[in-house]
Amino acid sequence: MVDGVGQEQPRSANFGPLYEGPPIIEVRDLGISYGGKPALRDASFDIYRHEIFGIIGPANSGKTSFLRALNRMDDFTTGMEVRGSIHINGKDVNDWRNLYALRSRIGVVFPLPVGLPLSVYDNVAFSPRLRGIRGKAELDEVVERCLTRAALWDEVKDRLDSLGSLLSGGQQQRLTIARALSQEPELLLLDEFSIAVDPVTTMRIEDVLKDLRSELTIVLVTNLVQQARRLADRTAFFLTGEVVEIGATEDLFKRKVQDERTTGYLEGRFG
Amino acid sequence: MDRRDLAWYVDKTAQWVIFAGGISAIVFIVGIFIFITKEGLDFVLGPLNLGEFFTSIAWRPTSNNPTYGALALIVGTASVTGFAMLLSVPLSLGAALFIAEFATGKTREVLKVLVEMLAAIPSVVWGFVGMSIMHPLIMRIFDVPLGLGVLNAGLILGLMAAPIMTTIAEDALKAVPDAYREAAEALGATRWEVIFKVVIPASRNGLLAAVLLGVGRGFGETMAVLMASGHAINIPTSPFDSVRALTATIASELGDTVRGGDHWGSLFTLGILLFVVTFVINLTADIVVRGIRKK
Amino acid sequence: MEAPMFSATPLNRRSYRSQSVAKAVFCLMTVALVIPVLLILGTLVVKGAPAISWEFLFTAPTNNLTAGGIFPALVGTIWLVVVALLASVPVGVAAALYLSEYAPDNLLTRAINLAIVNLAGVPSIVHALFGFGAFVLFFRFNASILAASLTLAVMTLPVVIVATRESLQAVPHAFREACWNMGATRWQTIRKVVLPNSISGILTGVILEVSRTSGETAPIMFTGATAYLAFLPESVFDQTMAMSYHLFYIATQATDVPEELTYGVALVLIAIVLMMNAVSIAFRIYLRGLKKW
Repeated sequence: MVDGVGQEQPRSANFGPLYEGPPIIEVRDLGISYGGKPALRDASFDIYRHEIFGIIGPANSGKTSFLRALNRMDDFTTGMEVRGSIHINGKDVNDWRNLYALRSRIGVVFPLPVGLPLSVYDNVAFSPRLRGIRGKAELDEVVERCLTRAALWDEVKDRLDSLGSLLSGGQQQRLTIARALSQEPELLLLDEFSIAVDPVTTMRIEDVLKDLRSELTIVLVTNLVQQARRLADRTAFFLTGEVVEIGATEDLFKRKVQDERTTGYLEGRFG
Repeated sequence: MDRRDLAWYVDKTAQWVIFAGGISAIVFIVGIFIFITKEGLDFVLGPLNLGEFFTSIAWRPTSNNPTYGALALIVGTASVTGFAMLLSVPLSLGAALFIAEFATGKTREVLKVLVEMLAAIPSVVWGFVGMSIMHPLIMRIFDVPLGLGVLNAGLILGLMAAPIMTTIAEDALKAVPDAYREAAEALGATRWEVIFKVVIPASRNGLLAAVLLGVGRGFGETMAVLMASGHAINIPTSPFDSVRALTATIASELGDTVRGGDHWGSLFTLGILLFVVTFVINLTADIVVRGIRKK
Repeated sequence: MEAPMFSATPLNRRSYRSQSVAKAVFCLMTVALVIPVLLILGTLVVKGAPAISWEFLFTAPTNNLTAGGIFPALVGTIWLVVVALLASVPVGVAAALYLSEYAPDNLLTRAINLAIVNLAGVPSIVHALFGFGAFVLFFRFNASILAASLTLAVMTLPVVIVATRESLQAVPHAFREACWNMGATRWQTIRKVVLPNSISGILTGVILEVSRTSGETAPIMFTGATAYLAFLPESVFDQTMAMSYHLFYIATQATDVPEELTYGVALVLIAIVLMMNAVSIAFRIYLRGLKKW
């Protein structure tokens, strides 16, 4: 259970600001389709600074598509079309001419772990180097800090020059998280990060995520309902491209829901 | 300008450079057409008599009263290519079937490497083989006065065109899903029946493309045909007759022509003919192959 | 073949027999293709080997090409190959990068692919005509190493493009996405992850191109190759001797050339070509065994 938030708040899609300041992400009438086949329809909601925003839902409900739209992967994906708008920090993501600058502020962890075929060290130093950090000492510090946070340092500290792509699946997943952290992102997107990771490590990473909340905003897509319950301040339920419900996680799990389907999913009746 | 913007500009520049490289093949193929047409145009619009070109066998560009009948050259190319295909198509398809359907493990690897090496032998070496090994051999075996001709060039060309046909045919056979074979075998079909009633029909477009590309290869071959065909203007009546190919004519005569003259233009006109025919062959093969991919 | 699990029915036996017959027939056809080639190679080795010596490789021909060695032709072939590579590898790699990393599935991409197939399929003598018209005359390079090499470069461009594209596409797409997600530009992704992991595959293609380029004759006949040169070329604007053209010339044009000498030239040429080819194939097989992800 997450402390101090969402205890007795009203619940609705128009949930009032839980946190100080304007939302970091404003989604308006967002529609995503692949070659004409819709993946997400009419999504409108806000995500606030320093919250962990959970997204749950069965497969093919548009969760991953939403993450891909956030860092404009549609530009590099043939057939992917995005309508509506997404504002990050008040600026429409489509207004970024240099979309690489946008992406560098967003850390992403996708379900299939990808260790780049570079050394473990270079994997984590990749993004800092893009930012222009060249000093060995500084890079060493970033690499160690990020690997430690991703609960991987102890396992790889003696073989930082082995290929990242040859680590075990679980290690590669944590390497991916370390890489995302090395971007020093404002926004961290996690897509079912625990699929390839054992339960003990998952718990360690979850602890790290809770700590990170003070520094950045996290969007957590998960197929584990209990993981959303453990981590997320608010949770959205996506179903076949529709945003069915958004509310404080507490409320959802207390069955204070607007839509019966949410209860059905949470109780495991489908999905 | 910060580092991010710099990276953005570098990226845009790289994209344009790479795009320029990307269309290079188109630039060159169009360039080839433009340049050979440019040199041949004066002849095509001037002295060329299409009737004479396609029906007369009198290719006498250097006589006082020059005639440009390319029929013998066309027949020469066709006879050599045809003879080569007669030999090469069955052998190549058979070899492709063996490699794709029967050979396994090491045998398969070795055969594939051998076929690839076969493709690597330069055409001038093949021509030399035709002149110095096949030529006396044909004279001895068939007791004929000259061993350079349709038979010699056809044999050489057949061996030259075989690797490309084998490779592409094998790819086509490999593309037939194993499920088809298993289904047919489960119904009690013999291996022979599986191959002829299932595998070959399923891959016929690919096999056709293989044959087309083989024909293209034979049709455009220059040095080997020049050296092994006897290079005499002649309509062949037997496999031992000497012939002259379109390609070989250009290779042997271009060095002696005056730039801009009729002879010069006539050779570039032969080049245009060669270009157009191979273009059509390749285009057809491409469409045929695309046909299977769509399915 | 697996041992029969149950006793064979007549149908099984018929099937087995038909399979053996089919196998034998196709095996024979394969052998019919391979045997003549091995015989030819054997003859070249037997007849050409006596001519080969250090002196043969490292001296110039004498007495109207009827004696002496092949040194200028060897050096000329190296010139031609190197200049052709310098021209075609950058362009070919760029073309492959475009096709593999950028090209959308549209008409232009189809046209590019068709152009590549055609570039490989156009007869070599037509390439020669193009090289003569474009490089020798239009760009006024005259008959020179430069003109000949550029002609060869255009002709062998498809070899580089196809090999490079294949090795670029062997790099999993997920690596690219991982880099993009970190804010790397397409170019940074290509330079830091895609190219380093396909460079050996590209090298395989380049070696294959060396093999192709060094054996070609028709494209260089009118664009820069010459039958005899008393000196070695000093710049790309000189004409040059070349192994392939040398073989053609002494086999067809020169008179009284001893048979052994011609066989020797043929043997050296084919040795260069096949060795390069073998290196390329071996390298490819070695790379296949190397696991990087």
